[in-house]
Amino acid sequence: MMSFVVVAILVIILGFIAIRGIGVISWEFLTTAPKEGMTKGGIFPAIVGTGCLVIGSMVFAFPVGILSGIYIHEYLSENWLKKFLRMMTNNLAGVPSIVFGLFGMALFVNYLKFGDSILAGSLTLGILALPVVIRLTEEALKAVPDGLRLGSYALGASKIQTIQKVVLPVAFPNILTGLILSIGRVSGETAPILFTVAAYFLPRLPESISDQVMALPYHLYVLATSGTNMEETRPMAYGTALVLVSIVLIINLSASLLRRQIHKKTKMH
Amino acid sequence: MTKARRIYEKIVTGILFSSSTITSLTVILIIVFLFREGIGLFNSTPTEKNYVIAVSRQNTIPIITSNELADIFNQDITNWKQLGGRNDSIVRLTLNDLSGIFTEEELGPDLEFFPQKLNEFVKTTPGVILYLSKEYLPKNFAGRIIPVKKITLLDFIFGKHWYPTSSPIPQFGIWPMIVGTLMVTLGAILFALPFGMATAIFMSEIAGNRLRNIMKPVVELLAGIPSVVYGFFGLVVLVPLIQSLFGLDVGETVLAGSIVLGIMALPTIVTVAEDALHATPQSLREASLALGASELQTLVRVVIPYSKSGISTAVILGTGRAIGETMAVLMVTGNSTHVNYSFLQPTRTIPATIAAELGDTSFGGVHYNALFALAIVLFLFTIIINLSVEVIKNRNQRVNQRG
Repeated sequence: MMSFVVVAILVIILGFIAIRGIGVISWEFLTTAPKEGMTKGGIFPAIVGTGCLVIGSMVFAFPVGILSGIYIHEYLSENWLKKFLRMMTNNLAGVPSIVFGLFGMALFVNYLKFGDSILAGSLTLGILALPVVIRLTEEALKAVPDGLRLGSYALGASKIQTIQKVVLPVAFPNILTGLILSIGRVSGETAPILFTVAAYFLPRLPESISDQVMALPYHLYVLATSGTNMEETRPMAYGTALVLVSIVLIINLSASLLRRQIHKKTKMH
Repeated sequence: MTKARRIYEKIVTGILFSSSTITSLTVILIIVFLFREGIGLFNSTPTEKNYVIAVSRQNTIPIITSNELADIFNQDITNWKQLGGRNDSIVRLTLNDLSGIFTEEELGPDLEFFPQKLNEFVKTTPGVILYLSKEYLPKNFAGRIIPVKKITLLDFIFGKHWYPTSSPIPQFGIWPMIVGTLMVTLGAILFALPFGMATAIFMSEIAGNRLRNIMKPVVELLAGIPSVVYGFFGLVVLVPLIQSLFGLDVGETVLAGSIVLGIMALPTIVTVAEDALHATPQSLREASLALGASELQTLVRVVIPYSKSGISTAVILGTGRAIGETMAVLMVTGNSTHVNYSFLQPTRTIPATIAAELGDTSFGGVHYNALFALAIVLFLFTIIINLSVEVIKNRNQRVNQRG
């Protein structure tokens, strides 16, 4: 059965990383900075850095993405503008992540002179997450039955009142699922942050949004490819990989659990 | 409705509209910035800023290309005759090897006699070629500054040499990367297609609801693993495996990249193909079964032909996923910029090249421009992929309307 190969691949990759990585994980590993040429210590600054980038990118992508999703789905009929906006969203979603990195470097770092900073990195990641947020918001709105909207209009509510009081509360859980999924996507990206924010080695924590930070995915890349002492950095790399995979999988799993919960509820009604 | 209310609604609508334009604006900005930085490559000569190439006045060559310069300084070309000039053997002179031609006393302290000596040397050596900074050029220079041809689009795309930092003349030919990208992507699809289709068929046609509910999250989880983790896995597991399996010197090969990318493209192919198979109307299946066809015949003769366009969309989207992937390929394909047509040799893809080199370039330099030009090529690849998906979708809609 060829299709079980897919399951086997997942099990092998996750199992391998879990088995090699679990021995490295300790309280110290999670809460201290790397030491002695990244062969000892932990990955705390990278965890904090990834946290900063996720929050920063979402501050940009959530409002913009949700608002555009609402506009595209609730305001536009099937006309050229809707088609055009959809096409642009699809195009943006298809742009390779390294091109986002180049664009972020050219626009935010060099042209707007933000320098390598959390600000530049967050905006780059935010743009990358934008199509995901828009698409999932649209899908959430699509799942709201039209009867609810019509009922609200029949009671004399305006379009915006209907969206605020009727459509959004119903669509909220689904929108939330979408937001969680986009966080999962953003926290694992490496290429967009290479030239916009990521620091090779920076044991202190960031103080402002114009600081550079370490980030988990980039730290894993550094550990895996350019350590001076490969033998001794390998365990650190396994540990980092395990932490990164766990974070991303927990985020994705909670999104699918939430989705399943919603399905159950709607079925009961 | 009160007036305040109406104004409020206008403002909200305005905000909603302006947010929805941000995506389009971003796409346009991406294009603008890629071209703004990338086009510079074709407007500049590839020599370093403030450096010139000069020859003797007797030299008849009017203009020189960067490839010819590279050959001259690599000593592959040793006589001007080879470039269609006079029969003089070439004498190279750069600031680094002055001592091979002049002694220290001849140049004097602080190189004060250098301009005079240089002029004498240029006059007496018809085959000379100089590469030096403008500030060292003597005031009444006895030689002739020869213009270097700008890089053309053809040189860029079909050039076989990528030596972006070599001195005196860097070379920007991206043919090795185009070949590398296409080969790795092709390999990835060849790997992912059978497994992906089998899984999609299994999920849509064979598995019951319960198995399907297990497989779906598995595919989603596979899609969620970050690319750098795939790269790491490939580096520590696949690369050594391939190395020992084929008895190679290095395991970082096109094959390793193809397998890792294939795994990464699997979820896309499975999800899209499964949706397509699932969308086949039940009545078609039932009609086929009623005519006495077996399950397998129905699948091969009815379901798959019906969902043909969905399946091709799956393949194209999988290709799109693979072609732009950066980190994983960078980690497992060995970073060789030589043209390579074998699956068991190292190579380097377009995105990997950008990721590996952009950190070392100076802002606004030729190398920086070249990497943006490389990104334009990558961007064009993905646009073609997106457009072909749209075309297939539209054609499919038309066919369905007719049918």
